[in-house]
Amino acid sequence: MAFNRRRTEENIFKVLMIAATATVISTLFVVFIVVLYRGLPALTWAMVTELPRGGYYLGGGGGILNAIVGSLYLALGGTLIALVLALPVALFLQRDYIRNFKLSRAIRLSLDVLWGVPSIVYGVFGFIIMLYLGMRASLLGGIIVLSLLELPIMIRAMDEVIRMVPAELKEISYAMGATRLETVTRVVCRQAFPGIISAMLLAFGRGIGDAASVLFTAGYTDSLPQSLFDPVASLPLAVFFQIGTPFPLVQERAYASAVILLLIVLTLSLVSRFLTNKYNKYIVR
Amino acid sequence: MLENGRSHISVRNLSVSYGKLEVLKNVTVDVPDRQITAIIGPSGCGKTTLLNCFNRLIDLKEGVKVSGSVLVDGADIYNDTSVDPTEIRKKMGLLFQKPFPLPMSIYDNIVYGPRLHGSYSRRDLDQMVEKQLKTVGLWEEVKDRLGSPAVRLSAGQQQRLCLARGLAVEPEAILADEPTSALDPVSTQHIERTFNELKKNYTIVLVTHILRQARRVADYIIFIYMGELIEHGPAEAVLNNPREKRTQAYMKGEIS
Ligand SMILES: Nc1ncnc2c1ncn2[C@@H]1O[C@H](COP(=O)(O)OP(=O)(O)OP(=O)(O)O)[C@@H](O)[C@H]1O
Ligand SMILES: [Mg+2]
Repeated sequence: MAFNRRRTEENIFKVLMIAATATVISTLFVVFIVVLYRGLPALTWAMVTELPRGGYYLGGGGGILNAIVGSLYLALGGTLIALVLALPVALFLQRDYIRNFKLSRAIRLSLDVLWGVPSIVYGVFGFIIMLYLGMRASLLGGIIVLSLLELPIMIRAMDEVIRMVPAELKEISYAMGATRLETVTRVVCRQAFPGIISAMLLAFGRGIGDAASVLFTAGYTDSLPQSLFDPVASLPLAVFFQIGTPFPLVQERAYASAVILLLIVLTLSLVSRFLTNKYNKYIVR
Repeated sequence: MLENGRSHISVRNLSVSYGKLEVLKNVTVDVPDRQITAIIGPSGCGKTTLLNCFNRLIDLKEGVKVSGSVLVDGADIYNDTSVDPTEIRKKMGLLFQKPFPLPMSIYDNIVYGPRLHGSYSRRDLDQMVEKQLKTVGLWEEVKDRLGSPAVRLSAGQQQRLCLARGLAVEPEAILADEPTSALDPVSTQHIERTFNELKKNYTIVLVTHILRQARRVADYIIFIYMGELIEHGPAEAVLNNPREKRTQAYMKGEIS
């Protein structure tokens, strides 16, 4: 009897797990397929190589090169700034530097809180600061706000992989007379390299897909930015504006823009996968 | 304190505690120069702790308090403020229980230490790699794949690589913490034979809880029980005619 009950439990849970996994995967596929199905037909060469011409949002010719370039500038800039700050913070969180466990726990907790802050809050915060400084919506403003949005994500993701580096690996380095900096740069960063790349990618994905934080801070324009102080378009906002028009053709283009966004993120994943695969074989498990 | 020969590492009234737990109690002992000293004793008695005091690796542990002194070549590594821990560690090659290659190629593992302490030409590094790998008997096995990841080696090969990596820093002593407990008999024999070769030029401290290993390689024995130094002396004397009751009991396998 007892044996049977345990077997039944086992089976029920197995079915539940399979069902949950299947739901998640199939939902993802449905999203992909719908976006591709609606977007691919509208995805023309002009879409990715031309700026919007007059009457574009009414169904006129042109493309969304402004949004593609703008999003790449915004997300690459934001990710770069976030990286410069996130890596030192994540490395600093190690026990080698902060011996006080309560302090590092408090820092991690506040980062987790920041991670949960909705991006519109960052957007509004950035907007207020910019008003105060007398700045108008610009590429620079968007980059800074995006880097704020990406920072907690990147730090915590890096922190998790850096914490996984075996203590023995560091001890070996110290035992050979290495300093903390040498140990961190030559051993910890190498061991954690694939994870550090994934953390960057995660943050980039979050940054390039976010509409709320760039809405007030980067603005929107049909031209390419000539300097850091010009407003700049972005793909999420391009999707938003196009889908909101009453014209089916323009709505189709919204889906096409979403496909472009997907392709950018996908390309980056593949590149980073390629990069990390080269290093993975050295990792000590 | 030693009847014959020079002392390389001198431990004086050393006490170590983790928080309230006193792990080493007032230990005073000398480690002879250029001999193999085995630290033996039951699990948890403080062998690793004592070993980690020799190169100040103990400093890295959380909540640890060290009092007393350890003298290496006559210099007090704990109380003499002019002593740089990284310099001390450079003098002591460390070998762990489990082989831990660094996340890089075989070649880069060996040159990791030397590169920390100086700059060398590619030729010098090449020679260094060959020399150290030959010392540990790994050269023939890996000479054609020096660029491949060190983690791809077998456990026994990895441990020999770790030894070669430690030797490349040109230490004066080798501290080995149960270096063969994760290895097969053949690899174990390999390591022991290498130690026997190396003791001509290096002081070797070997933590082991395999009595037979102590018999095979040790010249000098330090027996610790519950944080106290119980007995120490030349290997034959301690292993064959232990004076202390607790040493006798440990040898018979009555306490472990
Ligand atoms: N980082 C630490 N924090 C707190 N207590 C510790 C720590 N490391 C070791 N101890 C305690 O110190 C005592 C001695 O540990 P040590 O590792 O020196 O023993 P050992 O003789 O090497 O044992 P084994 O043969 O099992 O390796 C043990 O009681 C252990 O629980
Ligand atoms: Mg131990």
